[in-house]
Amino acid sequence: MFNQPKATDSILEVNKLTKHFKDFSLKNISFQLPRGYIMGFIGPNGAGKSTTIKLIMNLLPKDSGQIKVFGLDNLAHELTIKNRTAFVFDENHYYEELSIRTMASIVASFYKHWEPQTFEKFLKDFELKPKQKIKELSKGMKMKFSLAIALSHGAELLIMDEPTAGLDPIARSEFLEILAALIQDEQKSIFFSTHITTDLDKIADFVTFLHHGEIVLSAPKDDILDKYGIVKGANDVLDEETKSQFVSIKTNQFGFEGLVRDKERALRYFKERAIVEKPTLEDIMLYTVRGEQHG
Amino acid sequence: MNIIITNSSPEPIYQQIVTQLKNLILRGELTEEEALPSIRTLAKELQISVITTKRAYEELERDGYIETVAGKGSFVAAQNKDLLREKRLRIVEEKIAIAIAAARVAGLKREELFEMFKLLYDEI
Repeated sequence: MFNQPKATDSILEVNKLTKHFKDFSLKNISFQLPRGYIMGFIGPNGAGKSTTIKLIMNLLPKDSGQIKVFGLDNLAHELTIKNRTAFVFDENHYYEELSIRTMASIVASFYKHWEPQTFEKFLKDFELKPKQKIKELSKGMKMKFSLAIALSHGAELLIMDEPTAGLDPIARSEFLEILAALIQDEQKSIFFSTHITTDLDKIADFVTFLHHGEIVLSAPKDDILDKYGIVKGANDVLDEETKSQFVSIKTNQFGFEGLVRDKERALRYFKERAIVEKPTLEDIMLYTVRGEQHG
Repeated sequence: MNIIITNSSPEPIYQQIVTQLKNLILRGELTEEEALPSIRTLAKELQISVITTKRAYEELERDGYIETVAGKGSFVAAQNKDLLREKRLRIVEEKIAIAIAAARVAGLKREELFEMFKLLYDEI
């Protein structure tokens, strides 16, 4: 349905990745992120986003499939990959009593290519005071501190699990601006999970949507938003045949609203009997999840 | 140079950029060989995806409005003078057609419209 980026310029490549737990499975997931772009990883809670990220970082053993980072197998070249990858979790895992400066010097010792000047520059850009204690930082400032640390060892790939969780709208918007600035050099890629789809409406280049451990779609965001459509109309337009066009439909006393995968086809089919609008990523996620619940 | 993106338009964002840059070039606000912002700068400033700006530039390049030199960036292409004039004339024609349609709705006669046109032409 969509054009996939060529495998050769992929910075992150996940191929038929599978992992079984007692009550949940990640089934055969594949996607690719080319160098220089941002990919958002969305899906409802429990879809398998964190599991996927842990498998990429090799914090969990996979059952089958392959993960390549910078074109290298993530198990065979784990150390090389980790030195060139930055990883940010949502929860704060720093010592609350330490100052920014002290905490940074501890973390710095773990990395092969720590860049003190880069770190100082980020502190300045993010308006963080080196003497401030971690526990005194707001949630947004903690996120910036994590980013400053993650980005000060020459990483080319930034992987983040729910980085915007708990941030207020202003901190979120600042965070997204930082991401847009990071990919300016055409060398870095960013992969981050979120269940706040509006994080992706603006800057994300690619979107991968995971549901029940399976990929619903993985494509350039623009293609997704151009292809899908929200159709609204009067209830008498709906019959068994028209209903089959939809991913899922919501009806009320005064009309219906539903998601279709092919907007152009819907326009030809419904003509003036319905309104066809551009969907948001949230619409696509909600209607897809709904569609499965209702069979 | 201004580019305004609206999310309420059904027109895709890349198309909005294409239309606005074409107009800037046709109106002469962007001149031959003038450098355009890089696709990444434009994406960052407008807070949109790099793929969107890339697609817009690719379309402008295909239509001959801009040229991209590897490693140097994108520039306004040298325009064929006759073609440019023709395109500009077409814009004038389109706008006049809109005015005529509006005049018909308002019930203006041919002469009344001419009169109004003359008055406004001297004023603006």
